[in-house]
Order: sequence, then C-alpha cells, then structure tokens
Amino acid sequence: MSAGTGKLDVLVTDIKPINTLVKRFQFERADGRPLPNFSGGAHVVVEMKDDDRMRLNPYSLMSSPLDTSHYAISVRRDDQGRGGSLFMHNQVAVGDRLVISYPVNLFALDLRASKHLMLAGGIGITPFMAQMAQLAANGSNFELHYSCRSRSLASYAQEISAHYDHRIHLYYDDEGQQIDISTLLSGQALGTQVYVCGPRGMIDAVCSQATAAGWPDQAIHFEEFITPPTGKPFKVRLARSDKTITVGEHQSLLEAIEAAGIDAPYLCRGGACGQCETDVLSCDGSMLHNDHWLTEDQHASEKKIMPCVSRFEGELLELDR
Amino acid sequence: MVAIMSDDTPEKSIISRPMYGRLSAGNSTHHLFVADAEGAQAILDMQVPNASEFYSRAHIIYIPRDSGNRYLSSLQALNAKQFYTGPSIATALQRLQQTLSTAHMGLQLYLAGTEGLIGQAMQVAMNAGMDYAVIQTEHRGSRARRVQCVHCKGITEDVTTQPVTCSHCGLLLLVRDHYSRRIAAFQGVCINAEDPSYVPEKQEIFK
Amino acid sequence: MSIQFKQETFRDDFTFSNSPEQIQRFPFPFDKDSFMYSVNLEPHADGRKDSAYEASFDVDEHYVSEMHDRALVLDEDPLRCQSLPHMTLAGWDVLELIMTEKSRDYPDLFTLERKGNQCHWINRPLEIDQHFTFGDETTLPHGPMEYITRQAQGDFCLLDQRNDNLWMDAGIVTTQADWSLDFDIGMNFFEWHAPVPLAHEMGIFQRALKFLLNIQQGRPARRLNWTLTINPRLDTSPENYHKWGIDKATVAPENVGDKVHLRVELQTFWRLPRSNALLFPIRCYLIKMSELVTVPKWGRRTHRVLRDIPPELADYKGFASYRDTLVAWLSQYDDGEKTSPGVWPE
Repeated sequence: MSAGTGKLDVLVTDIKPINTLVKRFQFERADGRPLPNFSGGAHVVVEMKDDDRMRLNPYSLMSSPLDTSHYAISVRRDDQGRGGSLFMHNQVAVGDRLVISYPVNLFALDLRASKHLMLAGGIGITPFMAQMAQLAANGSNFELHYSCRSRSLASYAQEISAHYDHRIHLYYDDEGQQIDISTLLSGQALGTQVYVCGPRGMIDAVCSQATAAGWPDQAIHFEEFITPPTGKPFKVRLARSDKTITVGEHQSLLEAIEAAGIDAPYLCRGGACGQCETDVLSCDGSMLHNDHWLTEDQHASEKKIMPCVSRFEGELLELDR
Repeated sequence: MVAIMSDDTPEKSIISRPMYGRLSAGNSTHHLFVADAEGAQAILDMQVPNASEFYSRAHIIYIPRDSGNRYLSSLQALNAKQFYTGPSIATALQRLQQTLSTAHMGLQLYLAGTEGLIGQAMQVAMNAGMDYAVIQTEHRGSRARRVQCVHCKGITEDVTTQPVTCSHCGLLLLVRDHYSRRIAAFQGVCINAEDPSYVPEKQEIFK
Repeated sequence: MSIQFKQETFRDDFTFSNSPEQIQRFPFPFDKDSFMYSVNLEPHADGRKDSAYEASFDVDEHYVSEMHDRALVLDEDPLRCQSLPHMTLAGWDVLELIMTEKSRDYPDLFTLERKGNQCHWINRPLEIDQHFTFGDETTLPHGPMEYITRQAQGDFCLLDQRNDNLWMDAGIVTTQADWSLDFDIGMNFFEWHAPVPLAHEMGIFQRALKFLLNIQQGRPARRLNWTLTINPRLDTSPENYHKWGIDKATVAPENVGDKVHLRVELQTFWRLPRSNALLFPIRCYLIKMSELVTVPKWGRRTHRVLRDIPPELADYKGFASYRDTLVAWLSQYDDGEKTSPGVWPE
C-alpha cells in the first residue's frame, strides 16, 4: 500500500479498562525487537480485520517515547459509530496479532517554545500523555489543562496529576468547572505555543479566542481526527482503474477504494493531512465535504475530494484514481 | 512579513529578499511600534478605527535620525500610553529587548522605516520568541542596506553603493538580494575573486 | 567489503584521484543527453550492489582523507557547524541513525554496542573507541550532530518541520557547492533556495517541499544534484571564495581534463523519529573529466549535456567562463554514437 509508511506486526500484550468508556491497549513487536522511536503527538493506523471488512483507524500513541519496548493507545467506545471502536473493545484480546503503521506525527511539538500550553478535552488527552513524557525528560516547560465530563470518566487524570503535580489542571463538567480559555491565553509569555486536542467545539473555541487575542496562527496547534461519517450508499467511477464501486453506509470512500484492491495514498485517515487528496473528473450530484484540508473555494469547485472522510449524494461521481 | 509588495520593493528579486507591506491595526490588546526617520509617517498613515482606545494601549519607540523634529509633534499627538524617542537604533533596541522580555502572547509588533531598523528590530523580536511571520513591516525612507561580508563576517552599515568595500576586511563586495533575518543583513560576496584586476566602479543604487 | 582508504589531499597539492573501481561506482547524474531541473526524487532503498547507493551512508576509499579535510575546515572556521538551540534532540536522532546504519552496512569498520542508554561506538578507520551515554552531551567531545558527522562523509543539514515548511536550523557544511550555512541557518525551504535560477518559476520547489514534508520514518528518499569544480577542492565555500575563485582562470586546453571535476551531490532525506525533523545529507563525489571519459558512455553524454545547457544555468553553476574550453576538450570523446538510457556505465 502506498500509505507512505511501513507496517509493523505487533502482539496485543495488555488490555486495561480505564473507565466505563475507555480501554487502553498495549502492543509489543511480534519479533520481540524494540518498536521504532517516535515523537510525542504521533499516531499509528491500526488495521482491523472484521470478517471480510478491513478498517484502518488512527490512534495517538500515549506511551512514553522514551520506552519503545511497547506502544499504548486508548480507545473510547462509540456505540453510535461505524464500529471500529466496538471492534477494538469487543473483539481484540490479549495475544492477538495486529498490523499497525509506523508512527506518523501530524501534531508535533514546536521545540522552540519557551513554554508548551496544552488543552485537552476527554480522550484528546492521549497525544499529550506522550508529549508530556518527552518534555519532562529534558526539563522543558509545559502546563496541561484537562477538561473531562466527570471524575469517573477522567481517563489518566490521577496518574498524570501524581506524576506532573502542579503542571496539571483538571476541570470536571459535572462539577461546573470550565477552562477559562481567554484568561489563560492572556497571561502567557512571548514564545509560548498552545496545543489543543479534544472535541470540535473545544478546538474551535481555543483557536478563535487565541486569534482574537492576537496569537499568531504559527503558535496555535490542534489535532482532531474526524471519524468518517456514515451516510447513504453511493456509486463512484474510478477512471484510472476502470472500475465502478459502491460505497456502503458504514464505509468511507477511501475504504471502498481499498476494498476494490486499489492502492490509494493516505496518512491520517481523518481529513487533516492532505495525503489522500483526489481529483474529481465529473460530479453529477453533490459532494459532502467533511475534511479540514481543502479550502472553501476548493470545496465549492467540486474538483477535489478527500476520500478518507468525505461522501457524495447523487447519480455518479467520477474520480482520477 | 505581510506578503504585499509595496511600491518601493523591487519587482524582480528573489524569495529571500524581504518584502514589506503596509501597517494595519491588528487584533490585540497590546501594540508595540518601532520606527525610525520617515517610518513615523507609516504609523501616522495607518488607519485605526478606534484610535484613542487603540493608542491608550500602545507603546511607540522612535528614532528620528536625520528627520529631526519633523514627526515628533504628530507622533506625540497620538497619545500613546508610552512614547520614547532615542538617539540611535542601538539604544532603541535595548529598550525593545526589555519590553519584549515581559510581554505576552498576542502582542502586535509594527516596524517601520529603514531596512536596517526593521531588520535589527526583527532580530531582537525573534530572539525574544516572536515568529517573524506575524511582525508587520513597512519600509519608508532610505534603502541603504546592512551587508554582511561572507568572508570575514563583518557587517557594514548603511551601504548605498554596488559594489561596496567591506569596512572590516577591505574586500570589494557584490551586494546580493539574498537576506538573512537571523543576521539582519544582505549577503556580500567578493566581486572580483576570479579576476582581481576587475575593479568595477561603485554606483549609488541603494538610496 | 574491504576498502583501501587513500591518503590524499583536497587542497594545496591536490593529490586526490579515483581508483578504477571507484570510477565504476561513481554516481553519474545524467540519465539522458540533456539536462533540466526536475523533482528527481526517488526512494533511497534497495541500492544496487557496488554502487554509491548500496549503503544508507556510503563509505568509500576517500573516507579517511575527507574526514581529515573536514577537521581542517572546522579548525579554521567553527561557524561551519551550527545548531540552533531547539535542534539538540534532532542531533541525537542523527547520531543514532548514522551509527545504526553504518554498523549494519559495514560491520567490519563500525561497531555499536548498546545497553539502554549506555553506548560503545567503535570506528576502526578513524581509530575511535568511545563510550558515551545516549542523550547526555557531557559524555561526548562534541555535540551529538557534530560528533557523528565528523565521522561521516558529506555535509549534513538538519531541517525542523513546522508550519508546513522545512527550516534549516542546524548543520555541518564543509564540502559545499558555494552556499553558506552561517548565512542560511534559520531560513525556510524557499528562502535558502532563493538564489537558484529558473527552478522557482517552474514550481520545482513547491512540489519538492510537498514531497519532503510527507517523508516518513524508515522510507528515506534521494536525488542527485551536480555542478563543476576546478581542482578536487571539497571546501568550495563562499567564505573562502576569494581564495579559490582564481582557480577558474587556470583552466586551459592542455589541463582541462585534470583540472575540471564533475561534482555530484547525492542528497538523501530521512525522517528522524524522536524529533520529527528531517535529516538532509549532501554527499559530495568528485571525478576528474579525464577519469569520467574512461567510461565511454559518460564521456559522450557529458559532452552533449554541457554543450547544450541554458546559459543561465551555466552561469549559476559557475562554469560559464571555461565552458567553451571544456566542451571543446570533451568533444574528442563524443563520436556521435547513441547512448543507452539511464545512468549506469554500458
């Protein structure tokens, strides 16, 4: 596959329920060697073979970059989703073999920062777990503000508080606590970089308030993996491969292309990295763009689509693939 | 830097040559201006919707150089929270450095005037942790260049001729458009290394 | 693989030369009879046996002497090796990558033993035996990047990746084709390429950057670049241009075959895992024109390429002044026969 990354055969060596929604999975290399080094913020794409269907979902690495004897990811169960998280929760067992990609970092630290200000919401804590381990090891300055629904759903909150002490600030929705974003942003010294990972609303709030306060785009970093939305099945003509495929209700366009045996590029599978950008040759209907890679103009032009997250409604879509 | 080409930026140049825009009032609660000589006019020409509130949170650092008193009363009339005039770029840079050491993210920095002033103030700001891309610049006045001799590393100030003699090692330098923000200078390379008998006449081109 | 390391110089008396075996493995850059810029990037993998592409970091008969020349340059001008403060982690990445790859590709020359962070590095050709703690700069005589690149042929640039661009934030540059690390450090990809003519207008750099930003760990890429150099001088730096520029005036019909060298840069690109930076080694290979024409295909093709190249490129690459002399000399090795496609000797 031209994913741009190599593949790793791993064994599931530990599965730990963190709370009622989240499970932590630990992987070790099947051949017993150390896993590749990585930088905080990196993700891996996990291949899930569910009967005859192949799902590839990206998960942030949350284990320490300083310990490559294993990798760890956390998976939040989504009962309404397309089934990737349910597969991980219900079907993956200790001792299973999985294939994962090499780590790819699309949420890298800016190491010039005099301070790293981190804001996490819910399961968005995971990339920060790895980043904090990396930063703490060389004495870098960081501070994490972590917002959770409740104490019982606050994954890893106790663990990181014990570890990083006063650098960790916790906020519980059900106790009426909220991150005061604008006050937090207003007091940061020059050279601070801000990072946010969490629900869309939180990312939007941090980005818009930072911009309003005069923060440069270069100092604002965010990561949001969009889960490919479900939708009505649709037909696509793949001109270069001379094939017509149907994209199922719970399938992404990219997954359908791969299922047809066609090699398509990707990295993040979440509408962010731009790697799977595909030219549209003709479009009889309307495209449902869900990525944050293409510009609004490009969306309107109907000349490009990001098949990892975007869909189509209408008669026929023809792609240069 | 704002990627708008101002009237006095040469049309055909190379990508590393700095481009200057027009100052425009940014979104923030703190505004810091550094200007020299005719750079004052760039500040005065800037459209500010709510000027009294804007300047009540502004700090202006100004070096008149050979413009004397020409702009002082107009700048004073802006009623900036802090207004400082200094005798030289060097004195102003020290004040800039101290101001930035206690500044917060969100600060808007505006640089206006000669290339030498803009370049050196940007150098101080970058060392303080600011990203050059968010610093607004507007070129006014002299086009004299700061030139670093690539051979001896010495910097010759206020270069107006092409070629120029390095004020440190004495080599005759071709002044290139290749510019380093980190050094705040254009690159000067020996013009007659391949034929020392070639001594072209100096022409005043950076006026 | 057993290499006979040569004792030779790249300055003053210029005793450098290539053995017949070394000529055969020279990375000849022209795959057809004409040249224009292109995004000629390809995977750096599955290297052809006995070629300069076989190992991740090629070691050849010039290794020991080139490392000696680098040390001389650094003694004269320490500004040739610089690293901005945020690039230290990337420096450890470089050290780890080069030690790992070299000890795997050349087990008879290099050994790395490692227990956790305790490392033992042996470099037999340079007679180095070093114990150090990975991540602890105080246990090495130089910073990690400088330490290992004083033991690796070619220049090395370390590019930080941020804001969808690459930033030249560290490097060691002593064998460069006329560009200054000291001046260019801190610049982004477009800025440090600014002086290159034509390629910007052709969109070469936009496409190349997009490719480089997406290079992933374990999937290095490579490309070739070339120019011409008078005398086998590795250090053709702008810093010393006032000393070597005069060399060009010495080219004459009777010495052109030995004076003029084709200078090829084997550029590779590596994603560094711990820092997410990109390593950009620029390995310089020199060959005399008189050595090059011992491969008949290369002689014919080099004649045609240099004869037909656009004047602005000849100017940028710095050989406009002696181009006619060189082309006239090369023409005696061009019988007008067809050349086969690709870069390899027939």
